[in-house]
Amino acid sequence: MVIKTEPFVVNIGPVHPSTHGVFRMRTTLDGEVVVDMEPVFGYLHRGIEKLAEERTYTGCIPLTDRLDYLASMTNNFAYVLAVEKLARIPVPERAEYIRVIMAELQRIASHLIAVGAFLNDCGAFMTPIVYMIREREKILDLFEMACGQRLTYNYMRVGGVSQDVPEEFVPALSKFLKVMPGWIDEYDQLLKENEILLARAKGVGILPKELAINIAASGPVLRASGVKWDIRRADPYSIYDRFEFDIPTGSVGDCYDRYRVRVEEMRQSVRILKQALKDLPEGEVRSDVPHRLHPPVGEAYAHIEAPRGELGFYLVSDGSIAPYRFHVRAPTLINLTALRDMMVGWKVADLIIIFGSIDICMAEVDR
Amino acid sequence: MTVLSGEELAHQIEKKFPKSIIESSPECLVVDSGFLLGVAAYLKKTPRLDFDYLSAITAVDYLDYFEVIYQLTSLRRNHSLVVKTRCYRRDNPSLPSVVSLWRSADFQEREIYDLFGISFEGHPNLKRIVLWDGFQGHPLRKDYL
Amino acid sequence: MEVGELYSSEQLDEAEGEQIESLKARSQQPIPDPDEWLEGELKRNILLTSVDAMLDWARRSSLWPVFCFPACCAFEFMTTAASRFDISRFGMEIIRASPRQADLMITAGTLTWKMAPQVKRIYDQMAEPKWVIAMGACAISGGIFRSSYSVVPGYNRIIPVDVYVPGCPPRPEALLYGIRMLQQKIAKMSLVTRG
Repeated sequence: MVIKTEPFVVNIGPVHPSTHGVFRMRTTLDGEVVVDMEPVFGYLHRGIEKLAEERTYTGCIPLTDRLDYLASMTNNFAYVLAVEKLARIPVPERAEYIRVIMAELQRIASHLIAVGAFLNDCGAFMTPIVYMIREREKILDLFEMACGQRLTYNYMRVGGVSQDVPEEFVPALSKFLKVMPGWIDEYDQLLKENEILLARAKGVGILPKELAINIAASGPVLRASGVKWDIRRADPYSIYDRFEFDIPTGSVGDCYDRYRVRVEEMRQSVRILKQALKDLPEGEVRSDVPHRLHPPVGEAYAHIEAPRGELGFYLVSDGSIAPYRFHVRAPTLINLTALRDMMVGWKVADLIIIFGSIDICMAEVDR
Repeated sequence: MTVLSGEELAHQIEKKFPKSIIESSPECLVVDSGFLLGVAAYLKKTPRLDFDYLSAITAVDYLDYFEVIYQLTSLRRNHSLVVKTRCYRRDNPSLPSVVSLWRSADFQEREIYDLFGISFEGHPNLKRIVLWDGFQGHPLRKDYL
Repeated sequence: MEVGELYSSEQLDEAEGEQIESLKARSQQPIPDPDEWLEGELKRNILLTSVDAMLDWARRSSLWPVFCFPACCAFEFMTTAASRFDISRFGMEIIRASPRQADLMITAGTLTWKMAPQVKRIYDQMAEPKWVIAMGACAISGGIFRSSYSVVPGYNRIIPVDVYVPGCPPRPEALLYGIRMLQQKIAKMSLVTRG
């Protein structure tokens, strides 16, 4: 006997515990199966691109912090690289090493939250994320030692970093690097072959390779689909060409692959950190930049490998102290383009997992 | 990553699409909006160029015209190119959409429509994305507030 | 199968847009901060009932927050709830997704006009007695984004706020101090004045 059913529209979000921020999905459901999905966002659009046109170049750095608030150091990094490219400002060696150390620490901190939140969505309510927040607190202590803030650092400046790291920083960082690989191995051992995780995440939400390239996905989402593309290797910025590290890739492009890629990236970040700490030179941390910077008329686009993907800043200067145009190439917005393709055909519970595995940060999607 | 020079490519493209290049420089290539789709398809499908990855689209309001900038990358060959196009109308500006070639243009073109007012012909779902439906005006234009 | 065109996507967008514009038009002045607790303070000097004291102790020791986490302050709230700073020693470890079961709204993040009707709806759905802590600079006055075209300059435009916690984002210790301040405020409330 065929039961007559009728599809109906259900609204998921914007206030929802599992949507990682204020994201709304208008889903058309037939029972539990998703037939159609329309993402609606903009609930956190604060007009950062317009606000930046009224601030000086250095004054825009706090605005960039608040873009992807889980990875503020890399946001700052991308922005100051763009300004330095525009105004052709050199950076001293010690500052380059400190920037790389901060960026890789930030990558570990961001992936800890990404993995923890993903496991939270899978059903491991609170235990993995609380453990990972504990490790993240150690990293936040290091950041607080360097610049005084825990979340929105405002640490990097045009031409270097704002202040040198104190003496306690290097021993504390070495101690952290001794302990961290052990913790990553322990989490991996508990979770890699876990039946529930495999059943819920393997084969779910597949993003095929051609589609991933067509939608210009980047970061772990692209690498999990089998494309070995990392800006640190393809277009090395700062001093990344001096370090040895691998680029983990997945094969299928499902949620499990995205999770594995992030865990492996944490291990590679620890590897880069050990190399950077060994070679950290002495010297000054900021080159001489005028207080009110007037870059020459022109434009520049600089991109880096942020934890969530390719973060780029496009700046246009008209010779005055404020940028004429400040545009952010938000990786998470572009990664969401294929969300509908990934979700149609799965059930509501899988929707949450697929969304969690892409790892978005709404402040960056909406800007 | 090598950045391809706009001037060299300009010669190649002029042979195939005469009068399509407005200006060219080592950093970028400015294409006439009428030829945009043809040039974009040529850049994507020619085997030596192979631009399969559209990194970013953005728009700038220079008061006389709107300029839309496309950052193209080729993953296989590891080279990149900047292509620009211009729109000289101020009320109801319009440009062809490249969604049929690169799907990453989907949300980005909607955002440019929302914040600048430039509509893209051929876009499947052109409506406001970050602002709400009744919002008056296009905030990132230089004459807003 | 055909999806019934009861609500098309355009109609939903238009309805949402109208809701936002009407809320924006109604919210041009800030709502004054609730000050009934002051009356309770005066009454308390004259008449101290043990029923009041008992109820207030019960209410303040198990405040359950509701989910309202737009932006960056949300992460400082989450780390406050995690093991290092541990909000559950104050009775708040359960963050309720359903507003019917919550009595505290910690507004952690910037409010935009597009989000405002939803936050107001969640606040209206919470049962009395309910309190609001405005966490962070964006919640108090719009913060660094105040001059933007789409940001509400402070949550007190749409809901009455009891405690303001400054910072961008406030440290977990600052948030715990704000919660303690709210608990002391609740301790001064009387049965008659607040639900």
